[in-house]
Amino acid sequence: MAKEIYSTYPMVKYLRKEALPTALCPGCGGGTVLNAFANAVDQLRIDPKDLVVVSGIGCSAWIASPYFLADTLHTTHGRAIAFATGVKVGLPDKKVVVISGDGDLASIGGNHLLHAARRNIDITVILVNNFIYGMTGGQVAPTTPFGAKTTTSPYRNIEHPLQISETVAAAGASYVARWTTAHVYQLIESIKKALQVKGFSLVEVISQCPVQYGRRNKMKEPAEMLRWFLKNSVPVGKAKKMSPEELEGKFIIGEIINRQRPEFTEELNKLIDEVQEHFGLKGE
Amino acid sequence: MIIRGDEPEQLRLLKRLYKPGNYFLQGNEAVAYGALFAGCRFYAGYPITPSSEIAETMARELPKLGGYYLQMEDEIGSIAAMVGASWTGFKVMTATAGPGFSLMQENLGYAVMTETPLVLVDVQRSGPSTGQATKGAQGDFFQARWGTHGDHPIVAVSPISVEDAFWETVRAFNISEKLRTPVVVLFDGVLAHTREQIKIPDVEEIEITYRKLPKNEEEAKLPFGDPHGDGVPPMPLFGHGYFTHVTGSTHKENGLRDVYTPEVHDRLVRRIHRKIEQNKHVYEKYEEYFTDDAEILVVSWGVTARPSLGAVLKAREEGTRVGLFVPKTVHPFPGKRIKELGKKVRAILVPEMNLGQLILEVQRFVNDDVLLKGVNKIGGVPLTVEEILREIRGVA
Ligand SMILES: Cc1ncc(C[n+]2csc(CCOP(=O)(O)OP(=O)(O)O)c2C)c(N)n1
Ligand code: SF4
Repeated sequence: MAKEIYSTYPMVKYLRKEALPTALCPGCGGGTVLNAFANAVDQLRIDPKDLVVVSGIGCSAWIASPYFLADTLHTTHGRAIAFATGVKVGLPDKKVVVISGDGDLASIGGNHLLHAARRNIDITVILVNNFIYGMTGGQVAPTTPFGAKTTTSPYRNIEHPLQISETVAAAGASYVARWTTAHVYQLIESIKKALQVKGFSLVEVISQCPVQYGRRNKMKEPAEMLRWFLKNSVPVGKAKKMSPEELEGKFIIGEIINRQRPEFTEELNKLIDEVQEHFGLKGE
Repeated sequence: MIIRGDEPEQLRLLKRLYKPGNYFLQGNEAVAYGALFAGCRFYAGYPITPSSEIAETMARELPKLGGYYLQMEDEIGSIAAMVGASWTGFKVMTATAGPGFSLMQENLGYAVMTETPLVLVDVQRSGPSTGQATKGAQGDFFQARWGTHGDHPIVAVSPISVEDAFWETVRAFNISEKLRTPVVVLFDGVLAHTREQIKIPDVEEIEITYRKLPKNEEEAKLPFGDPHGDGVPPMPLFGHGYFTHVTGSTHKENGLRDVYTPEVHDRLVRRIHRKIEQNKHVYEKYEEYFTDDAEILVVSWGVTARPSLGAVLKAREEGTRVGLFVPKTVHPFPGKRIKELGKKVRAILVPEMNLGQLILEVQRFVNDDVLLKGVNKIGGVPLTVEEILREIRGVA
């Protein structure tokens, strides 16, 4: 049965077996994200001992914590990046990864997201954008498309969604990319890049929540949502030539930004070195 | 595994930088130096009056010691970063005041639940809300105790002078490390900005404790167990290959979430309580003056304790048999001792810079036949010796 499948699945070696099966609904995009992340770690041959995974609260926060077999810190709603900041300063040589939802990271946690990008601290954030608050029952989110129905916008959503990747890129991140769960191979490549970039990196994954979002917006089946992603995805290059009106309701996919900027923990350690040097405290 | 600040060269650095002797320090500076001597090498904070000089001192001094100062985007982020850093082996501190303390409460609960050592200094200021932002007060007695949600224990200490601020901060770190728990330092705006002479001792004279680390793989696999029967699990630090899972949700001894089994929640939360109850010797501390023959007792904490002592001394000169009790650890409250003293006296006065908070704790432990009276002053100006003396005379 299910167990059989897991035991032949090569990525299972990265999972905390005693925590399985996952709590995610069948057809949830979270599984794809976990799969992509495990594959990225595998392809880069990162030893999970060199990883610390931090998450907030929500379905998406569960993707890697508790399931991924590494040091995992499951924090309060919205605060994962701030917790991860402390971890990274303490363990600058480890890969610190945050995996959580759009509500968690961009709504309640929006402030930490912007400031981590501004500081350019070397943390990789995988933000799962399912347009909804899944765990709490499908309420409207800051990413819910204009006009969509949710349990707290039962007539239609009259707010405009936040363009997370563009905002984070503008705030100062080193690397930002956006893909959907229908672009698995590109997603893996971007997660790999993000993990290798020295600086703040964000991979936004447009993901399906058939249970809370799809069901209320004429896409009950996970596959319908994936088809919706494919049909409406526009590569960044092409999007540059399109008007805001043409881009309404479209998902811009690809690398939004990829640049080098001084990284926070390196600068912090450099500063400490300089101060110790200045006061003649080196080599004490 | 290593607790940062523990390395031998740190001792040499401290000795080089801070020579023993008399210093003329502000209360906030004394807190900061206490933290540095206690081994704090990570500070994350957000400025707020009247606590800001703690951040400023840490920002200036920490890099000299190879430590880290982070100014976060807000107080919620500050305490979050501290928890993250504590799991990598740092002794960590933040300082804040009224509104900032309110913002930190959710993650303070997280630190209790995940048994993360940290020190949170609340430099109490006048409230509610923005109140008198620059003025001192003692209004956060219960915010420290009950500010976060759920059933939780808390340890809070409260210094009574600038010199005491240094030592109580050291003690807060020691308690926090020993019991793997957050500790609140309830300081106040008056002492924070008072300058006094304080004696800084030789670093080696200061007793410093460090958290218990797992002895072997087996202990590391149970980050929330109780292998030694003292209620304090050894803490497997991140980055050492233990694959530790830490969550604020109800968890089993191995760290994995289980929010459905009533027994798991019961076992965890009761152990976290028991850990504090059964280790009273680690944190209980109070001072007594003239309590042997007292028929009137003054119970006072923090900034109000010294004018209280002044008033008691004067009243003694006038022949009044009055004593003073000062809890230095205010939570858990030393109720047993108050109960004993309450049986011997006929009146208890409780001076504090609020409308009556500590007095409610005292009330729980004394009988109705004792006259219990608060001496309360708000408005940002501390109680004077005269004001307290007048009240003592009133019941003498
Ligand atoms: C301070 C606080 N407010 C609200 C909640 C309730 N809450 C839990 S998960 C969640 C939303 C999660 O949404 P998202 O991050 O998009 O994750 P999803 O479940 O959709 O994957 C909310 C509001 C909470 N746990 N803490
Ligand atoms: S509610 Fe939605 S986001 Fe949550 S597990 Fe189910 S499908 Fe996934």
